[in-house]
Amino acid sequence: MDVLSLSRWQFGVTTVYHFLMVPLTIGLSLVVAWYHLRWYRSGDDVYLRLTKFFGKLFLINFAMGVVTGIVQEFQFGMNWASYSRFVGDVFGAPLAMEALVAFFLESTFLGLWIFGWGRLHPRIHLATIWAAALGTVFSAYFIIAANSWMQHPVGVRFNEETGRAELTDIMAVLTNSTTLAAFPHVISGALLVASTFVMGVSAWLLLRRNERLPRADLDALRKAMRGAIWLTFAAFVVVAISGDFQARLMFEQQPMKMAAAEALCETETGPGLSVFAVGDVSDRSGRCEVWSIEIPGMLSFLATHTFDATIPGVNNLQESAEVAWGPGDYVPPLAITYWGFRAMIGFGAVPVLFGAWLLWATRRARTLPRWRWLPALSIAVVLTPFLGNIAGWVFTEMGRQPWVVVPNPDGLDAVRLLTADGVSASNSVGLVLTSLGGFALVYGALLVVEVALLKRYIKAGPVATMPPPSDEGDGDTSDDDRAFSIAY
Amino acid sequence: MDLASFWFVLIAVLWIGYFFLEGFDFGVGMLLFPLGHSETDRRVMINTIAPVWDGNEVWLITAGGATFAAFPNWYATLFSGFYLALLLILVALIVRGVAFEYRGKVDSPRWRAGWDLAIAVGSWVPAVLWGVAFANIVAGVPIDADGNFTGSLLTLLNPFGLLGGVVTASLFALHGANFLALKSQGVIRERAAAVAKRAGPVAVGSGAGFLVWNQVARGEAWTWIPVVVAAAALTVSVFGTRRRGDGWAFIATGIAIAAALVALFGSLYPDVMPSTTDAAFSLTVENASSTHYTLKIMTIVALVMTPVVLLYQGWTYWVFRKRVGPQHIPPVHVPTGTE
Repeated sequence: MDVLSLSRWQFGVTTVYHFLMVPLTIGLSLVVAWYHLRWYRSGDDVYLRLTKFFGKLFLINFAMGVVTGIVQEFQFGMNWASYSRFVGDVFGAPLAMEALVAFFLESTFLGLWIFGWGRLHPRIHLATIWAAALGTVFSAYFIIAANSWMQHPVGVRFNEETGRAELTDIMAVLTNSTTLAAFPHVISGALLVASTFVMGVSAWLLLRRNERLPRADLDALRKAMRGAIWLTFAAFVVVAISGDFQARLMFEQQPMKMAAAEALCETETGPGLSVFAVGDVSDRSGRCEVWSIEIPGMLSFLATHTFDATIPGVNNLQESAEVAWGPGDYVPPLAITYWGFRAMIGFGAVPVLFGAWLLWATRRARTLPRWRWLPALSIAVVLTPFLGNIAGWVFTEMGRQPWVVVPNPDGLDAVRLLTADGVSASNSVGLVLTSLGGFALVYGALLVVEVALLKRYIKAGPVATMPPPSDEGDGDTSDDDRAFSIAY
Repeated sequence: MDLASFWFVLIAVLWIGYFFLEGFDFGVGMLLFPLGHSETDRRVMINTIAPVWDGNEVWLITAGGATFAAFPNWYATLFSGFYLALLLILVALIVRGVAFEYRGKVDSPRWRAGWDLAIAVGSWVPAVLWGVAFANIVAGVPIDADGNFTGSLLTLLNPFGLLGGVVTASLFALHGANFLALKSQGVIRERAAAVAKRAGPVAVGSGAGFLVWNQVARGEAWTWIPVVVAAAALTVSVFGTRRRGDGWAFIATGIAIAAALVALFGSLYPDVMPSTTDAAFSLTVENASSTHYTLKIMTIVALVMTPVVLLYQGWTYWVFRKRVGPQHIPPVHVPTGTE
């Protein structure tokens, strides 16, 4: 393998890995902040349990998200130096803003929240978790702005003399239509991950730990499960609406990606959307060769909200791309985009179905049926929105290949860069192989540890995260010498 | 001063912030084994930095992001050129960060011993490598006409670079010892003060040697001032330790770190990354920077946000200002993992 493929693999592996932690962090920070708010308002022990329990699981996950995030920022320079030189004038700004506005907020206030139990005034302590949650949301905004700019460069001009992209309008970058559509999609996708996590974990505990956990825990978990089901529905609705909005933007801005989502080889009027296909969808001699089950007119509807639009196919787009930018292969890997698109939607929908069933199964205070495979299923469902998120990112990032900065069809097309032209010139195969191997090893080991810890803390239930009975009764210790309620 | 030079100063400020803050939490990690003889000792040490280390690390992310935004060419050449060194730093920061959060999550001596090792190694590696990296940035590395680094990791391990590593490691260890003396009670405080007494001369000696070497090789007349300030501050720190002026000693090592970076960045300017291949290939404040417009936007963001960040980070230190002693460490209360 060459430096380019290795660098792409490394970026893919480290980013997908990082994004296992990110949506859970964003979503769960908001959920925990919500529980904390409810506890503050009502003083109800149920919400304290949920705050502590899901807060602990949140922190186990957060630690991994933070440390793998630093890799992301360094990697642009380490592996994509030519890219960084080309786009730095525009792309660096949202990254620096992310650090200044979001990361400081998130890290500082999370530290205050973790160790602030018993040390901060309750109202201020509540504010710290909201500040941290807000930080995670801000951070998503800036990174989405940076990514959306690569999908659809705006607020920029091409400097012929330096051969670099130059920022002309920061507001255009920050209010890029692509950003405004992607941001709610990512946030609702994150909430879907978190709500499914709460729903699945609670269901599992109610099924498997029914006899061991105290009554208060079970009451709390039942409440959490019901709330999480409704949040799952709500999040999915926003995911779907924002996704629909994105599809139409994508059709305007990246028609090749739209065609690649369906592996639509030839231009068609009113094309349908296939649910699944049998055979090699990346065979460009025509999708007609592939057997598939199709929803008639659906691709046309996704792209334009009409059933009879003409959607250009991959082969025609390839031809016009060659006219515009010279000879080359401008078609993304179709098998990945085709299946990525379907995996995103399919995995994203599973939690809704499971949630609807849970709601029905527990109607009028019924308890969950004691089916042997149900606990395993509820944990399996927890994984699906993660897979949906990953599939969505793989689709959108692979769908813009061979570009790293996709030419904007509205006349800014001088600002464009092929992925192959973005890679660092000074890196050797051995070097990137070393780092790829190193990351794979460290990340693999840490994932095992994280999952083991999550498992252990989930199994133990909320009761294990509640403060032990305190010995505040003995009046000998002064305030200054009392043990911290939370310490490493 | 033009905006590009202003951003050069701002990037220096961000690195000063990073080395000042994470410098002491690296130091605490580096001293985990020498000072922390028992489990309670180590927990006291770790809990002096527990609420703040993550916020400290954001200074690095900000310095990286700001370099990307303000000097894309510098960012690209530096990060791709110092690839292996940065990889080692990244892996160290990864295991170290996870270690803080995970070490107390399972009640097992083996589990904790593993994470303690991760904290110690994860603190030593960046403490040394940041010094190596900065020494090489200032001294220059082989860079070709396209702005690409043409050396390897071994290129960086030259005498000046290695001395730089000794300087940052000893400075951070001393800074960490002073921090522990200031922020802990009991036996850790005593041991930290004792270590500071021993680390002091190493830091003074290597630091003075390094800065004078740099000064003679490429210093400006005015950069003698920060060199003298750094030397004076380190001396104050040594005396502060002897006289039990914990706060003074800590502030003094902080000033020494800041002054040393001022001297380095001062002697670097107007280059940001000189080329030893040909001076014409050197990256400078002018040829590596972003456009005026981008710098203007970033200036506004930095001028608005930095004071806010300083304010709430400062407040965090105020909230957790109390010294940590063994009596503050709660008993282990974690799930056992048994059915």
